[in-house]
Amino acid sequence: MMKYKAFLIKYAEIGIKGKNRYIFENALVSQIKCALQKVDGSFQVTKEQGRLYVEALSDYDYEDVTEALKCVFGIVAICPVKIIEDTTWETLVKEVAKYMEETYEDKNFTFKVAAKRADKNYPYTSPEICIEMGAYLLEQFPELTVDVHNPEVVVNVEIRSKAYIYSVIIPGLGGLPVGTAGKAMVLLSGGIDSPVSSYMVAKRGVEVEAVYFHAPPYTSERAKQKVIDLAKKVSKYTGPIKLHVINFTEIQMYIYDQCPHDQLTIIMKRYMVKLAEALGEKDGCLGLVTGESIGQVASQTMQSMAVIEEACSMPIYRPVIAFDKQDIVDIAEKIGTYEISIQPYEDCCTTFVAKHPVTKPTLKSICKSETHLEEKIGEMFQKALDTVEIIEIA
Amino acid sequence: MKAYLDNAATTIPFPEVREIMMQTMETDYGNPSSMHQLGVDAEKYIKNAKEIIAKSLKVEEKEIVFTSGGTESNNQALIGTAFANKRKGMHLITTNIEHASIHNPMLFLEDCGFRVSYISVDKNGHVNMDELLDAICEETILVSIMYVNNEIGAVEDIASIAKKIKEKKKDLIFHVDAIQAYGKYPIYPKRMGIDLLSVSGHKIHGPKGIGFLYIKDKLKINPYIYGGGQQRGMRSGTENVPGIAGLGMAVKLIYENQEEKREKLYELKQYFIDKITLLEDVFINGMEDMELKDTAPHVVSVCAKGIGSEVLLHALEDKGVYVSSGSACSSNHPALSGTLQAIGLEKQMVESTIRFSFSIFTTKEELDYAIVAMEELLPMLRRYVRK
Repeated sequence: MMKYKAFLIKYAEIGIKGKNRYIFENALVSQIKCALQKVDGSFQVTKEQGRLYVEALSDYDYEDVTEALKCVFGIVAICPVKIIEDTTWETLVKEVAKYMEETYEDKNFTFKVAAKRADKNYPYTSPEICIEMGAYLLEQFPELTVDVHNPEVVVNVEIRSKAYIYSVIIPGLGGLPVGTAGKAMVLLSGGIDSPVSSYMVAKRGVEVEAVYFHAPPYTSERAKQKVIDLAKKVSKYTGPIKLHVINFTEIQMYIYDQCPHDQLTIIMKRYMVKLAEALGEKDGCLGLVTGESIGQVASQTMQSMAVIEEACSMPIYRPVIAFDKQDIVDIAEKIGTYEISIQPYEDCCTTFVAKHPVTKPTLKSICKSETHLEEKIGEMFQKALDTVEIIEIA
Repeated sequence: MKAYLDNAATTIPFPEVREIMMQTMETDYGNPSSMHQLGVDAEKYIKNAKEIIAKSLKVEEKEIVFTSGGTESNNQALIGTAFANKRKGMHLITTNIEHASIHNPMLFLEDCGFRVSYISVDKNGHVNMDELLDAICEETILVSIMYVNNEIGAVEDIASIAKKIKEKKKDLIFHVDAIQAYGKYPIYPKRMGIDLLSVSGHKIHGPKGIGFLYIKDKLKINPYIYGGGQQRGMRSGTENVPGIAGLGMAVKLIYENQEEKREKLYELKQYFIDKITLLEDVFINGMEDMELKDTAPHVVSVCAKGIGSEVLLHALEDKGVYVSSGSACSSNHPALSGTLQAIGLEKQMVESTIRFSFSIFTTKEELDYAIVAMEELLPMLRRYVRK
């Protein structure tokens, strides 16, 4: 197989962000560096003339590197590049022919050469390079056919101080580099939906932190480990995640004691978003993220969500709000969280869920029930925040 | 304080076990099949262990085959004999309270065309003898019955079962899963009429990943793992010398003053039962009208009515008391315990059952501590239930 020395990174939306472009490019560079830290080998990420290159400074594993780059948001395409130091025409054509030889076993396809000449002193102009190089390749490989309008393969030749050859295009995830859109606090439950939601907001450049509500002894250490494992999977795309583990048992039990049982879940969720908001504010988050989807369970009806939302002032983002379960599952499988999510450990919402929970709560009735919590809830709320456990997921 | 009361799941290795295993990794790390001195040195550990084990069972050394543990021993026993004897018949018999490492190989054999009868048990987990004898037919080649049930500690009358089934059909092969029994009782396969016997190392203060299968000499059985022909072709693969050395040591120690050890366990069990049944709505499973000494010395199945077993388990864990819900090996999936259902326990009771299991290292202080923890937790946990 062809041994590539470098990868050209193509990005799309960043290109149209006007004066802020450098912010996006820098974020992409740092995300790429972060992704490559997990891969063996040393790499250099350089920005030159509106292009981003990843150059290998040591031996590396091709699959590992492309796999890592395929998880970086903001990249539209990854092109493995052959770098030719000696750009004299005779050497160049031979090297390009060699590149074709090694890259394509079956040469029965249409192609064209696309040339760019940054080095304006080069003896050939760009159109000349296209024509002459194309002719040379045709001569070497008679099976090839030229098609300048709709070729199957575009052989890109860029001449600067060195020559860069690429024709293979590996699609990236698209989106925007993480960190360019601000930060959000995800309510991570251990289910299928919230990891997918994390992935989706991160794809639009949002940096994520997460909070998990632990309710021992009703939820086990394994349930917590499951959330850690999920965060780890998601962090492949989002970068490091600060995971907050809140001990929710006391509040949950207090609500159980003081409020009507069919409202338990709604009131619990109101306190969850309040706690998440408090944690988020401290860390500069601009919103909360949940895995809610309309009508999925009693607490995810439009009425319920309206009542839950009222409990906090931060906006709540719900990326999968209009997704069918199967669509969410498809993404979960793609990002590798599904297998973990379906492990059968109870989370704190299901432990005491009423047999017939309210599906159309009114704010008035919920607020009335919450007045029964006034005596101790403030103190418990503070205690929950004070005893939060922080796990850095890298 | 900590109270490890999950000894039917696994036990702490004896310090001597750790030491001898270290030796096999620090100095005597040779491959026992090697021709040179290092190989010979390593082989000595295997010979020693085999000698100790054979002596404990009063059998020949060549009748012991080392495996990777109880699960492999059970698989080897069932699958190895079923295939080797299928021309004689394709009918197998077992019970409906067996461990998954018997139950699932049986399902596999059913897929392979064998017929399997699952014999029911009574409220204390004892095999229904009439049903067992009725099931034996011309086609039956193998009967597999566990010695001690891992979930409720029921003890089957193995010697009498062996006698009766062989009276009915002389050439039956009788396999006994003794994983929870070995080390607790003297077991003499030849006197009791056992042809195959499975044992695991880590239930008797030995290491994990090692066990053995006793195979009666000249028994017709196929190997189950093929390769370099180690262990006379019965179980290929370079021998797990550290594991085998550790297992040998564990067997030696567990069978020293064995009666005394068993008496101590029974004493602990009686003490525990007396105290825990004083708690409100707490019941012992599988011991109705039973003499203490007719149940296993180390297992107590406790039902705390109205509390989910997992919740109780985690609440106890929070206080440093470690127990199991149902069987540790099957509690990863939420399916209800097969044994508890088989003895006719109501679903609600099955869901509220936890298992306490003791070892020779268990102390009365630990039991007191666990009982106090239960006493504190039960009223609190009963207050919060799903409505």
